[in-house]
Amino acid sequence: MTEMVYGAIPVRNGEPILPKWWRTVDKWAMSSILLLFAVGLLLGLAASPPLAAKNGFEPFHYVQRQAFFGGVALLAMMLTSMMSPTLVRRLAVIGFVAAFVALALLPVFGTDFGKGATRWYSLGFASVQPSEFLKPGFIVAAAWMMAASQDLNGPPGKTWSLALCCAIVLMLIAQPDFGQACLVLFGWGVMYFVAGAPMIILLGMAGLVIFVGTLAYSYSEHFARRIDGFLSTDVDPTTQIGYATDAIREGGVFGVGLGEGQVKWSLPDAHTDFIIAVAAEEYGLVLVMSIILLYTCFVLRSLMRLVKERDPFIRLAGTGLACTLGVQAMVNMGVAVRLLPAKGMTLPFVSYGGSSVIASGIAVGMLLAFTRKRPQGEIRDFLAKGVKR
Amino acid sequence: MIRTPLRPLARILEARNRGEDPRTIEHENLRLRHEVMHDAARARAEGRLLVLGVFFLCAFMVVGVRIGMLATSEPVEPRAESTGAAISASRADIVDRNGNLLATNFETHALYAQTRQLIDPQTAATKLAQIFPDLDAQKLLSDFTGRRKFLWIKRKISPEQMQAVHDIGDPGLLFGPREMRLYPNGRLAAHVLGGAGFGVEGVSAAEVIGVAGVEKQFDEYLRDPANGNKPLELSLDLTIQAAAERVLDGGMKLMNAKGATSVLMDVHSGEVISVVSLPSFDPNDRPRPAVRGDASDSPLFNRSVQGVYELGSVFKIFTAAQAIDMGLVEASTIVDTSGPMKVGGYRIGEFRNKNYGKISVADVIVHSSNRGTGRLALQIGAENQQAFLKSLGLFEATPFEIVEATGGKPLLPPRWGELSSVTVSYGHGISTSPMHLAAAYSAIANGGRMVAPTILRQPGPRLGQRVMSEHAAASARAMLRKVVTSGTASFGEVKGYAVGGKTGTADKPRPQGGYFEDKVIATFATVFPAHDPKYVLIVTLDEPVETSGDKPRRTAGWTAVPVAAEMVRRIAPLLGLRPGVEPREMAGITLTSN
Repeated sequence: MTEMVYGAIPVRNGEPILPKWWRTVDKWAMSSILLLFAVGLLLGLAASPPLAAKNGFEPFHYVQRQAFFGGVALLAMMLTSMMSPTLVRRLAVIGFVAAFVALALLPVFGTDFGKGATRWYSLGFASVQPSEFLKPGFIVAAAWMMAASQDLNGPPGKTWSLALCCAIVLMLIAQPDFGQACLVLFGWGVMYFVAGAPMIILLGMAGLVIFVGTLAYSYSEHFARRIDGFLSTDVDPTTQIGYATDAIREGGVFGVGLGEGQVKWSLPDAHTDFIIAVAAEEYGLVLVMSIILLYTCFVLRSLMRLVKERDPFIRLAGTGLACTLGVQAMVNMGVAVRLLPAKGMTLPFVSYGGSSVIASGIAVGMLLAFTRKRPQGEIRDFLAKGVKR
Repeated sequence: MIRTPLRPLARILEARNRGEDPRTIEHENLRLRHEVMHDAARARAEGRLLVLGVFFLCAFMVVGVRIGMLATSEPVEPRAESTGAAISASRADIVDRNGNLLATNFETHALYAQTRQLIDPQTAATKLAQIFPDLDAQKLLSDFTGRRKFLWIKRKISPEQMQAVHDIGDPGLLFGPREMRLYPNGRLAAHVLGGAGFGVEGVSAAEVIGVAGVEKQFDEYLRDPANGNKPLELSLDLTIQAAAERVLDGGMKLMNAKGATSVLMDVHSGEVISVVSLPSFDPNDRPRPAVRGDASDSPLFNRSVQGVYELGSVFKIFTAAQAIDMGLVEASTIVDTSGPMKVGGYRIGEFRNKNYGKISVADVIVHSSNRGTGRLALQIGAENQQAFLKSLGLFEATPFEIVEATGGKPLLPPRWGELSSVTVSYGHGISTSPMHLAAAYSAIANGGRMVAPTILRQPGPRLGQRVMSEHAAASARAMLRKVVTSGTASFGEVKGYAVGGKTGTADKPRPQGGYFEDKVIATFATVFPAHDPKYVLIVTLDEPVETSGDKPRRTAGWTAVPVAAEMVRRIAPLLGLRPGVEPREMAGITLTSN
């Protein structure tokens, strides 16, 4: 009482921030991400010296850069995960609008770094890829619209978000960046699915995909050759996939040893798209399995937490973020082992890349903010059920 | 069931009465309804989220299993293999009727460059240009140092050239194995064989596909691995083909013709033993198709099946044979050939305006009288004439199995009235290929049965439907023999082989209408031996001129006939025909007894 009168202890509105954060945050998912980032640094030590040598830097130049950006990313992740879902939503929507405008202005101010696709803004010391930041922002914004559409007297949010999605996909295709376009489309689709897409549409889409695929296979020789080449068991060893397969075989269960790998010298994308091959060669199956386990743990933990979530916006946004990240990892590894046709996609947190790692950090931070434990009115549920009986 | 009203009207009215704001009650109500809805949505989303979770679990497991399988499999030495559909380079041989090789495959190499692996593009380009004089060093260098990573340099190279390229020693110059089509006899039977080129090309193999002739016609059969590389047997005879080409080539030069063609056909099976079209080409190095000028001037043009010409008087025998077949006349029946004869406003004349008067049907053929066959045709009637010529296969492209044959469609009169009937009776107004003529003459020669010309070796006779009676065919053969013994084809006599035949000299039509005065197609259609014919030989010369006399002579009797006779003289022994003692003609003598 005395303290209250004299104001020796400031009055707090509920629990202190850090203890509350630590108590409610999904520690398993967060640890998975931290471990993945550590693995990424470890693999950077192995995979990036050839690139540094080629560009005339000291051997661990890119590891240092990655460590710096990773630090920023982890900081962003922690900060974001401490915010309330409402604040996350507000900031994400603002960020989305900014990224959207940046994406739209790419053809005017962007640069292609001589790679044939205008995807970046050059800032001198680093480059920014707006589409990386657009993805989490779009998912949150779309989830917001969809959730609103479920309310009574709500706006037609599903249609709006689909229109937005199509606009982004078209802009990404124009760059061209089919990988990101597919990811955005996939994120929207997953959210639409969880928001309660009618079964008839789902079945219709599946039927359409099979029908068009069959048609393309039987009428387009080019397409059929691609598929046959992908299905056939023998690999042309001079392609990237061939090198990657070879590296995985060389590595075996325990790997060839630190710094002994060869594939990083022959693969131009060893530090990004094919980093899993480097991991498999130098550290063997053990590390690759650990990486897969970490991603699985992260995605499944997040989804399990979202199952309990009653707020439609949080559930949708969380699902979109977790699935996009998961599918990106899956596609990257699937390509390296020839389960999927070649498509350039980075391994989140593990591959080298400044914008990519920071954007992924922010995305995971938002996801962690969404999956924090919060009261879900379970007791009331229980009581209500009891009353009905 | 108790229905809960959507709006708590009772409470709102109460609140109004109390003077309070009813909106708080409305909001509270909406919130409660949302709570219920959210619970329902969560229950539905639960299932779908579980589906997603299972999907990701399975997907990551599949990736893990796949990596595990790869990691535990044995590393193998990387070998360069082509991806995608395997290219089948195999192609069966082509042989003649005796098994002599006409076309086979030959292993060679293609030369290509991986420009990024070139160590010294400058030297490589210079030395390549020395080895292959047709390459340009400057252009090669710009290709090597340009944007291209991969470059075909030569499609086929010889072992010597390959060694020379090896000696350059640049690792960026590479060789791809190739099957190449080889025609060991060079220009022999070029038009039949056609030629082959490459289809889909890969580094390790390339498809060999036929581009013309039997190579194209039987492309699928030759490339089908299911046939076990069994060679394609043609009806051609290599030796006879060679003799025929040589004689015809000599004849063509001697008669100053610009082109020539011959067809030798077995009259019972329709097998084509030899078919020549000159000028010819080397299928190993097939020239490009002519892009300008007349296609028929290109050596690729196959006169025997594509050359659709008005063949002239050789058609007269069909008119005579049909008239006998219909019972209108006999060989000895007298026909009036005197002029003038006017049909449809046109005068029908004779060669050099001769007038033969009243002569027998046999003599109409022997003297080649236009008015004679014209009058026979008027008796036969246009419809009967059409039906007969159609049954001889003169209205359709021949079924001869080389792709070019489908293009040899006969040209027929647009309206077949009396005038057309008369002109067709002596071979004008109807254009057919020499191959058509050979098939039609075979019907006369084998006793009246149609045969289809074929390039494939046949196991035995292949007689088709009957088109005329034995009697009519026999009479026609006797007339053909008489043409040689005492008619327009007197140069055609080959001792011991009883050649029978009919000449035909047709003025070539001008492209702008009408006929050339000094350009003819001279044809001699023969059957031999005439008393029991086994073969038909058609020889056609394009624009021949025989200049040994005072005036240039262009008629078939002076040009095509001597060439054909020489051909029979050379070929008949090769065909295994024995020279025989012929039954003597009883012409010119009347046996009387006192």
